[in-house]
Amino acid sequence: MTSVRIGAGQGFYGDVITAAVDMARLGGVRYMAFDALAELTLAILQKDRQRDAHLGYARDLPAAMRVLLPLCRQQGIRLITNAGGLNPPGAAAQVVQVARELRLRGLRVATVTGDDLLGRLDALRAGGADLRHAQTGAPFEAIADRLVFANAYLGARPIVDALAQGAHVVVAGRVADSALFLAPAVFELGWAWDDWDRLAGGTVMGHLLECSGQATGGNFGGWQTVPDPWRLGYPLAEVYDDGRCVISKPPGTGGLVTFDTVREQLLYEVHDPARYMAPDVVVDFTTVRLHDLGGDRVLVEGATGRRRPDHLKAVLGYHAGWMGEGRIGYCWPDALAKARRAAQILQHRFEMAGVRCEEVRVEYQGVDSLHGPLSPPPADDLAEVYLRVAVRTRTQEDAARVARELPYLGLNGPPGIGGYGGITPPRELLGLWPVLIPRGMVEPAIQVVVEEVG
Amino acid sequence: MPRVKLAALASARSGDKGDTVDISLFAPTAATYALLCREVTAARVQAHFVGLVAGPVERYEVPNVLALKFVLHQALDGGASMSLRSDSLGKCFGPMLLRLEIEVPDVP
Repeated sequence: MTSVRIGAGQGFYGDVITAAVDMARLGGVRYMAFDALAELTLAILQKDRQRDAHLGYARDLPAAMRVLLPLCRQQGIRLITNAGGLNPPGAAAQVVQVARELRLRGLRVATVTGDDLLGRLDALRAGGADLRHAQTGAPFEAIADRLVFANAYLGARPIVDALAQGAHVVVAGRVADSALFLAPAVFELGWAWDDWDRLAGGTVMGHLLECSGQATGGNFGGWQTVPDPWRLGYPLAEVYDDGRCVISKPPGTGGLVTFDTVREQLLYEVHDPARYMAPDVVVDFTTVRLHDLGGDRVLVEGATGRRRPDHLKAVLGYHAGWMGEGRIGYCWPDALAKARRAAQILQHRFEMAGVRCEEVRVEYQGVDSLHGPLSPPPADDLAEVYLRVAVRTRTQEDAARVARELPYLGLNGPPGIGGYGGITPPRELLGLWPVLIPRGMVEPAIQVVVEEVG
Repeated sequence: MPRVKLAALASARSGDKGDTVDISLFAPTAATYALLCREVTAARVQAHFVGLVAGPVERYEVPNVLALKFVLHQALDGGASMSLRSDSLGKCFGPMLLRLEIEVPDVP
């Protein structure tokens, strides 16, 4: 039976490069895909793009390519990434530049564009697109004057086109994470675009690989049992032409692949498991069967799919104010009581400074900062507590003034401080607004451009 | 019947999409899965997360991997990129669900 080996090189913007090197050296893969875009990431890249129109892509891409391109050319591995973010041409230019410096003549770099809808929203609306919030139904007017990005989730097809044009590196923007991995399976195994069960199998495979170490022992309930977690092997899949796959990891790396690690990732960020809406197919995860083959290998089979949705999901980002925050620690005795008093002092100081806060959040780290109201009552005699205060303001200036009130506690508040984190710069808050756009209004604008390094 | 925290019976993983958190709850055996299906209802999870989750909670059964999926709406103060919370990504919701206590039949 024909098959292809596909590996995961990265699971988020800022992920380490060492696991991708292990994958290239030891994984025996033909393709390696890098997911750089969590839902939140475009919000981060947008801030770069606001500062400099040449930016807006994952800035760790050139450094990663410098390490990986020579290795991957030597091993015959093709790379696929959505690290283009809001600026795939800018990212691809960086890749080409690195390839030139490394004298990798003949290397072909493809750019996929067409996901960016920001400049086309008026035309889309005029054409009948519904920009109400896809979950709450709230009207688009609520955010229309605060938009900072708008990107559709593309499917695997333009990546397959790029591979068919001989691309060694494919740089895309917002592409559904799993589609980065589905694409090489479709290309190599010749799957049809209406072969829903195979496309479902490939999407499940991609879903298992897209969060890198989360399938091989990262964020795992049985974390105590994970071997060598400092060198976690990222997942790879041997994908068969009938849509089944075996998930494993590069030999000699840390981590583990078992029924439990795979099932935890299988359902990660999936809502209705019988109707997972990917751009290329609607997947039913409830028919999937996992067989632990031992030796860090799990067979995945039985995925079923239905016709792809008529709409593509897009996410619009909008400005939602500013956050100012600060942190300071208090020691025994009465650590929590002191931190509470300090919080009171700060809130008075905010009022005295005339800072207009839309929300003030007070957390006691070590007590309730992660579980909030569900936290159990604290022990009587805590050794230490960190106070964290975060505020939401309309203006950047107000957020900055909040952080400047924290140093007051250094000499003027309760005794026994430490671990003061310094003045944190204000952070812009961004809201995410999901919409569903008719596929036919997005796809005609998709372009694939291939450049060969001379 | 003794009351037991879910942490003693199951594992969980959570994630976010916008203002929605989803939690997968995994049973080690078919017998425990049946118990979870009976005890860990959407209403019970909704009540457990009072103060953190403003919207409804949906539950889906995934028997092929002995899992229950809970989808918690309006759960992140607007979503990761606009929330002031330390757990802005909802990663701690899975462990938080494991605090829930259920009644377990006595083992003879």
